[in-house]
Amino acid sequence: MAGPTDPHGRRPVVVVDDLHVEYRVLTTGKRAGARDVRGGLLHRGRTTRTVHALRGISFTAYEGDSVGVIGANGSGKSTLMRAIVGLTPATRGSVQAAGRPSLLGVGAALVKELSGSRNIVLGGLALGFSREEIEARHDDIVAFAGLEEFIDLPMRTYSSGMTARLKFAIATARDHDILIVDEALAVGDKGFRAKSEGRIREIRDDAGTVFLVSHSMKSIRDTCSRTIWIERGSLVMDGPTDEVVTAYEAR
Amino acid sequence: MVTTDPDAIAPATRTGQVPLTLVGGRPPLPTYLRQVWQRRSFIYALARFRIEAENQQNRLGMAWVVLKPLLNAGLYGTIFGVLLASGRPPHFVEFLIIGVFLFEFFATSFTSGAKSITANTALVQSLAFPRMALPIAVVVQRLLQFVPMLAIMVVVVAAFGHPVGPEWLLLLPLTALFFAFNTGLALIAARLTVHVRDLNNLLPFITRITFYTTGIFFSIEQRFADDPLVLRIASFVPLHEFLTLARGLLLDDPAFEAPPEFWLYAAVWSVGVLLVGIVFFWAAEERYGRTD
Repeated sequence: MAGPTDPHGRRPVVVVDDLHVEYRVLTTGKRAGARDVRGGLLHRGRTTRTVHALRGISFTAYEGDSVGVIGANGSGKSTLMRAIVGLTPATRGSVQAAGRPSLLGVGAALVKELSGSRNIVLGGLALGFSREEIEARHDDIVAFAGLEEFIDLPMRTYSSGMTARLKFAIATARDHDILIVDEALAVGDKGFRAKSEGRIREIRDDAGTVFLVSHSMKSIRDTCSRTIWIERGSLVMDGPTDEVVTAYEAR
Repeated sequence: MVTTDPDAIAPATRTGQVPLTLVGGRPPLPTYLRQVWQRRSFIYALARFRIEAENQQNRLGMAWVVLKPLLNAGLYGTIFGVLLASGRPPHFVEFLIIGVFLFEFFATSFTSGAKSITANTALVQSLAFPRMALPIAVVVQRLLQFVPMLAIMVVVVAAFGHPVGPEWLLLLPLTALFFAFNTGLALIAARLTVHVRDLNNLLPFITRITFYTTGIFFSIEQRFADDPLVLRIASFVPLHEFLTLARGLLLDDPAFEAPPEFWLYAAVWSVGVLLVGIVFFWAAEERYGRTD
């Protein structure tokens, strides 16, 4: 199923339809399974709370879109991004996507006991590159991440900024269909942020689709053609970045 | 950027050609297996790099791959062959080395295979690739580490005076079957651990129970010679079949003659467990890496 095209004839690549995500959490903070909710011998007396993280989000992203996602902490931005890659199941509604997106979040190295160089090879192979293609791109990736001096050190020795830079460089070496960047650039320094925003614009212009979650309105304005504003799990506004960001800042 | 091999990347990357699919679904099994096959160099590289990394952290490096099971064999040999020396099978040293080395391949594949998804959350969450590559890479890594052990085993057995014969070459198909069996088991364990994290705590117990019950350091045939039922059951235990076959091939003693039907049993087990493992693991593909 190809779905309808938009007025400009572009194809939809992510269709989110009335998406609800609910977490059931034990009051201890532990995620509750079905068993805990039924209450069995071992689980009697535990109380659960339902957190309604997303309450009916709908939108369609087209090829060549770069979508900024903004909202306060805890508004559901990361949950939405994880739902788009399938890491968080929908309670109701559905997400459809063309292909399997990569999600760049703040967090652990790919294989932390291996050197940056080895991680480039592994990341590239996992994404489907051949060995020769990786050899050809290796130096570009290292240069883009700005890690020439450290590339032979194990990734466990990297700072969070260095890790994020390398992961971004690996993931964007691929001719991208859908890329999701969840605050991964926030830990990078100013120079890297400018470079990676340039890369995101390239992907967008190349008919890829990028989602950028950020608290930096400047980043959003610089890179995104369209912006989605989420508050308490609901869509507040969806439109051209300028309008949405202006409204968000005036709230 | 231009990719030279269009099949290497998820086919038809350009969004125009990729149909929308429900996120959280999984590709049909044949497509999925093809994707895994496309990632074969990823699997091999992951296995190789892991071995390298493990070696770099130790001064003796690669030697540990062989030293560890040798020390194990030495320890068990001392305890069960000298201290509790009753009922020691003939050719005890060779018998024990074959047992401990084969068991090492099995146990490491099983334990690290079980953790292959849960221990690689970062990789699984950030990049899109068929997850089956991870448990397979673990077993490939253990296979690569089993090769030098196999060499040492052969040398030790030959040094103890067992004539080297062409039938020793049958160790290769035996290793292939053992690899298939271990892969299937690792796939099953990897998925189970994702559903029930508590299994991680049980793994050492399971391997230990297997170790003490499968005739690594004692001979099941000798110990239960007058209990046909136990022998009958043992003949259907896959690990027992692999051990018996390996000892039958290498040891020059009619006492270790392996029943030929063990080849059939071992093959059925290997193929069966591998197929079950593949289907069982694939059926939960969308579940791996989830944060709920």
